[in-house]
Amino acid sequence: MAQTHVDIEHLKRARKRRDYGAIAITIFLSIGALVSLLPLVYLVCHAFKPMEELFLYPPRFFVKSPTTKNFSDLMNITSESLVPFSRYLFNTILITVAYLFLLVWIGTMACYPLSKHKFPGQKALFTTVTTALMFVAAAAGIPLYIINTRLGLVDRYWVYIIPGLANPTCLFLLKQFLDQVPDSIFEAGKIDGASEWQLYTRIALPLLRNAQATVVILTFGGIWGDAGTATTYIYREQLKTLAFFMTTIGGGIARAGAQAASALIMVLPGIIMFILQQSRVMDTMAHSGIK
Amino acid sequence: MKKEKKEKNMRPAEQKPKKRLFNVETRFGYTMHEVWRYKLSYVLVAPFFILFTIFTLIPLIASTVLSFTYFNFLNPPVFTGWDNYVYLFVDDPLFLKAFNNTMFYAFIVGPVGYIASYFFAWFINQIPTRVRPFYVLAFYAPSLTAGVAMSVVWLVMFADDSQGYLNSILIQMGLIYEPIQWLKDVNLIMPVIIIISLWSSLGTGFLSFVAGFTNVDRDLYDAAAVDGVVSRFQRLIYIDIPQTMPQLLFAAILQITGAFTVGAISQQIVGHPSPEDAGLTIMLHLSDYSGQRFELGYASAIAVVLTGIIILLGRTAFKVFGEKE
Repeated sequence: MAQTHVDIEHLKRARKRRDYGAIAITIFLSIGALVSLLPLVYLVCHAFKPMEELFLYPPRFFVKSPTTKNFSDLMNITSESLVPFSRYLFNTILITVAYLFLLVWIGTMACYPLSKHKFPGQKALFTTVTTALMFVAAAAGIPLYIINTRLGLVDRYWVYIIPGLANPTCLFLLKQFLDQVPDSIFEAGKIDGASEWQLYTRIALPLLRNAQATVVILTFGGIWGDAGTATTYIYREQLKTLAFFMTTIGGGIARAGAQAASALIMVLPGIIMFILQQSRVMDTMAHSGIK
Repeated sequence: MKKEKKEKNMRPAEQKPKKRLFNVETRFGYTMHEVWRYKLSYVLVAPFFILFTIFTLIPLIASTVLSFTYFNFLNPPVFTGWDNYVYLFVDDPLFLKAFNNTMFYAFIVGPVGYIASYFFAWFINQIPTRVRPFYVLAFYAPSLTAGVAMSVVWLVMFADDSQGYLNSILIQMGLIYEPIQWLKDVNLIMPVIIIISLWSSLGTGFLSFVAGFTNVDRDLYDAAAVDGVVSRFQRLIYIDIPQTMPQLLFAAILQITGAFTVGAISQQIVGHPSPEDAGLTIMLHLSDYSGQRFELGYASAIAVVLTGIIILLGRTAFKVFGEKE
């Protein structure tokens, strides 16, 4: 006992000593973070560069006289086309919000019984989910096309939303998160006379808030940047998305500025959302492991 | 299950047996009774699994069936047995090229991205909590950009003329005299794609690791210190790695799936078709046959091979990192 005590005292003293390892690691991480952020900083700078700076030789990294002309150019490109820029933006926002809302609720509903009930078939369903983590969406693209056509989803907003709603990664994260909530909480609720439905709405749902936020963050980029669906399934220009419009801007010297501006619009919302929700995401990911 | 049944049989005689919808004495009846008891559970999981069946499971099974046929959308599929698979591995040099490129990519980006994710997460766990969120953001942000947008940056950075960043820097440093054709030289195309992919490879798996490390019980360090585990490296081997096994498995699955489905990035950076098909991957080959040539049976065979590779490696990961029972 005494020996242990001394050891811990020694440890505490050792901890107080300057930790050179941590300093070295911090320096290393800082360099890494710089390299990691450099292309993003460049993207931001690029979007605000006037034409002469975009084609400067030798190229300059930072912007010297920033301008928002690239963004107004981007809006102007659509002035000649059938659909205004705002319509693409509206479509993207509508689809993103509707998709994320339904995705979160379908996942939240399914995760509760999978985590807390031992109903017949529960194991089999969860094994299906973990196996489905390895499925490649594109591998089933051809039959999916036929199914979407048969269901009459083609050329409608629904085609952006419905086929992707059963997302195994999201259900998996939600379920793992709920697993770490002790069963005793639910048993206590049961003893107090709560029905299964009340256990779900009053206990499980409030606890799942962070995990829901995480699902939103992790899937946001995919739906916000989805250009492929519009290419395959949408014919009416009014229903196409911002991401699709971005792919049509094309290169060329005249469009370089607008392209840089559009790239920033595609990337920035995802990063801002992550910054705002970072602590919730980390809380959920702590339970992401497959046990 | 049997035990419970017995207990029910031994119910005292005076207590009236509850009226049940199903005869719980039989195995089937008991199961049906349980199903009825958990009806809310089924209602809750139904939306997910109905959608999953319609939009994932059925297409996947249909894809497998189609892979044994010749099908072009216009006429009904014609059964051709193993023909598609034979052609795939014997007569299609482009598939072999795509296969090789994908393997080359996957076996570099897969492990390197995975190990980098783990170690950067581990490093971040060694620094004070206050500053961690900044570093997590700095390393994770690139993976949020994966998609169309960043090609704007890469195309300027790896531009073929002396205007390109990399060329311009190398020329100024006097390392090269002629600009390097980064995106046209067939030997450089895959390496450039790999470098760009590695930049954005600290994704969901990385977050899972960072969070997993914060989960490790601090008391374990103190307990291990008594046993002589004091240095960072020893802690990594004896505590951190065993404690983060579940995260290691989750991230491995994501990493494998991500690495073998490479395609979009290649299409954006070097175009498709790329010079001498140096940037061709299995996914791009698949999209050729399904989207351009409408040889859907053959495309399905490609899809089945790709899914097979991923599930095979995924199952291996389950064996390596999964809980030993």
